[in-house]
Amino acid sequence: MDAHISLTVDGTERSLDVDTRTTLLDALRERLAVTSPKKGCDHGQCGSCTVLLDGRRHLTCLTLAVAHDGAEVVTAAGLADDGLHPVQQAFLDHDGYQCGYCTPGQVCSAVGMLDEAKQGHPSHVTDDLVGDVDLDDDEIRERMSGNLCRCGAYPGILAAIREAATA
Amino acid sequence: MTEQVVRPLAVRSVGRSLERVDGHEKVTGAAAYAVEHGEADGVIDPLHVWLVQSTVARGRVARLRPEAALSHPGVVAVIDHSNAPRLRDTGNRELLILQDDAVGFRGQVVALVLAESAESAREGAALVDVSYEVEPHEAELREDNATYKPDSVNPDMDTDTEDGDVDAALAAAEVVVDHVYRTPYEHNNPLEPHATTAWWEDDAGREVLSMFDSTQGVHGVVESLAPLFGLEAEQVRVRAPYVGGGFGSKGEAHAHVVAAALAARTTKGRPVKLAVTRQQMFALTGYRTATISHLRLGATADGTLTAIEHAVQEQTSAIREYAEQTASPTRMMYAAPNRRTSHRLARLDVAVPSWMRAPGEMPGMFAHEVAMDELAVACGIDPLEVRERNEPDVDPETGRPFNNRRLLECLHRGAERFDWASRPPGPRATVDGDWWVGTGVASATYPAMKMPGNSARVRSLDDGRYAVAIGSVDIGTGARTVLTQIAADALDVEPGDIDLAIADTRLPPASVAGGSSGTSSWGTAIVAAAQRFRADHGPSPDPGVETTASAADDPAAEQYAFHSFGAVFAEARVNRWTGEVRVPRLLGVYSVGRVVNPMTARSQLLGGLVMGLSAGLFEESHRDPRFGHVVTQDLATYHVAAHADVLDLDAEWLEEADEVFTPMGSRGIGEIGIVGTAAAVANATFHATGVRVRSLPLTADRFLA
Ligand code: FES
Ligand code: FES
Repeated sequence: MDAHISLTVDGTERSLDVDTRTTLLDALRERLAVTSPKKGCDHGQCGSCTVLLDGRRHLTCLTLAVAHDGAEVVTAAGLADDGLHPVQQAFLDHDGYQCGYCTPGQVCSAVGMLDEAKQGHPSHVTDDLVGDVDLDDDEIRERMSGNLCRCGAYPGILAAIREAATA
Repeated sequence: MTEQVVRPLAVRSVGRSLERVDGHEKVTGAAAYAVEHGEADGVIDPLHVWLVQSTVARGRVARLRPEAALSHPGVVAVIDHSNAPRLRDTGNRELLILQDDAVGFRGQVVALVLAESAESAREGAALVDVSYEVEPHEAELREDNATYKPDSVNPDMDTDTEDGDVDAALAAAEVVVDHVYRTPYEHNNPLEPHATTAWWEDDAGREVLSMFDSTQGVHGVVESLAPLFGLEAEQVRVRAPYVGGGFGSKGEAHAHVVAAALAARTTKGRPVKLAVTRQQMFALTGYRTATISHLRLGATADGTLTAIEHAVQEQTSAIREYAEQTASPTRMMYAAPNRRTSHRLARLDVAVPSWMRAPGEMPGMFAHEVAMDELAVACGIDPLEVRERNEPDVDPETGRPFNNRRLLECLHRGAERFDWASRPPGPRATVDGDWWVGTGVASATYPAMKMPGNSARVRSLDDGRYAVAIGSVDIGTGARTVLTQIAADALDVEPGDIDLAIADTRLPPASVAGGSSGTSSWGTAIVAAAQRFRADHGPSPDPGVETTASAADDPAAEQYAFHSFGAVFAEARVNRWTGEVRVPRLLGVYSVGRVVNPMTARSQLLGGLVMGLSAGLFEESHRDPRFGHVVTQDLATYHVAAHADVLDLDAEWLEEADEVFTPMGSRGIGEIGIVGTAAAVANATFHATGVRVRSLPLTADRFLA
């Protein structure tokens, strides 16, 4: 069964008919040829499909496109619309990637995470649940643990996010 | 084509941290991986292929009913052994899919479903109704069934070796360490699942099979596929502009690549996309065999080895042999007059094992380096000292001098940085709150390899620029960047003046991105082509002139044994109540020849350390022998190190240049980071707790006995 939906993807309005079985990830990749978000597992276990969905980081493989009619999607490509986002530049500067397959998801996740921390959302390793978040290394590691990097670029990713957080 | 005797490179860009030349594409997601190509690349209106896998480990397909699948909207075709295009038997039964009804392992491809969308293809695959004639199978590796002696072990090493009289030396030894060490099944799990886009087209009356494939070597895919389909090599074109990691699992074409080509054969030119799912990868794209290493070390009371025996048992698959060379590092690592190594296999009705980062060295050095730690304990000496005592003068295996063996310098440098001198000598000496704390060390080694069959092309462009081409693949290693640097230095221009083309079989041939051989093999070919180009065309060539060349063999190099070395230091904290292991500090110090690009090299070495840490603490594929397949077949149940698992990590290297081995002075760095790392962590957990764990991974239960 098909359903008609509209999405704003990286600032462009797109409308399309989607099979109701279609995940948001497949709608982006297969229907709209937006391949910045990657498919590493299709099961919500790796983070490579992360985008900013209505401003918050979201796993697009774990949600159906039909449930997001009217939503705004920003991918790592969209973050670079006016030149690289500071997080992306920091990934380059600290070599926070190797093969690049997890990278667009890492970048979107980092951008979303920095915003969550700024808003005071605590994480599993936050001691003070109500105060401001001190985004130390353990906080960054914990909050980025939904994004696997099999190349093991974690030290570079950490350094990049640390720098972007204090910029 | 010309052979060029290469001279050492005058380095300018080599040795500097040039930012990755493809970094922008990667951080924005613009880089296109194997199933992300569209009309601009000739991939127009593709069909989607889904694999149907056997649900029994051994037997025959008794009946396959495609009707329900075919009546599902969007499904275009179901291909099984009864209607699949015929393949030629090239002797590789892993690739000979859908040619008969035999089932050799659970998860084998028994049918393909083609559909207009991935959703329809997937649903169609679920609707294919297959019944089997089941035959008894064996899928469990045990000491009593791993008795078969292969003719050789990967890649073509002796199965067994023997020097001196090991039994007599062990009987006479003052100290004997005699234990069994085990490593589990492990899956490579590159983050990009294996994937292929394929289509057949007519090129001036000749059929051509075109592919975008997620592979570590485009030319290798052609070598596998062309003969299967009865084609000349020129009739297959494979490209792999971006590859999301491989770690060995994309080193050779696996069955899904054939599946994509077979499916595309039936579509009258319409492209097909086949993306292997994460779950399917556990049966179809290779893995590391479990290993059982029986180590016996004999020594004098001061820790000087008199005998080393390493007897390995492991498994292969019945349909295709792969024998991991687990004892190979034991043959060259330490001096001892009496030595014996062997490999015995169980041939099981299971998925085909294959290369996984540092095959042989990774499991073998885990066993050997934990045993060395046990020897140090048994002799009451420091783990560094036991390694110093047994440093060989020449390669014990070949008798040749090592070109550049700096293991002890790596150990000493690491010890200094890790403040080893203040380490309490005995185990279970330090408690910090809820945690036992300890440190451990292990050696690392990896052979330096350069592959035959590489050549490169240099062509002059306008404005002093040069086009440099070689069919090598960058799977994330940084090859695109370091080859640009090497080409720039070889032509004495800036990296920005190089237009590098890679990852296409229309370019000069390149060997696989494997065995830590890529930079050495491809870089040497580029230096050869550049030096030849300058000899032929001078410093200011006319635009458009070109030279293709490969490097002549260097007979002088054959008198040496070439290996890289390293020392890994780990701090482990083991929770006194839960047994949880954390590794707050991990350091590797390496001797790997000249480092071409410190930034990308550091990422390679750290990435290897992360994977070694992950193997040490987490990774284990659980096969259920009753059914014959891995039941932990996703990234939730097969845990690979996540960000929170990786704490303070560092890698450094000794300044050196190995210009006997390559004109760049480099030796290869892709794999050594994973070697010895799990052993260092295991040795640190022993020092922390006094509990000796001889099997990986180091899960909490092992410390709570
Ligand atoms: S593809 Fe969505 S989490 Fe892995
Ligand atoms: S860069 Fe390869 S998986 Fe992260």
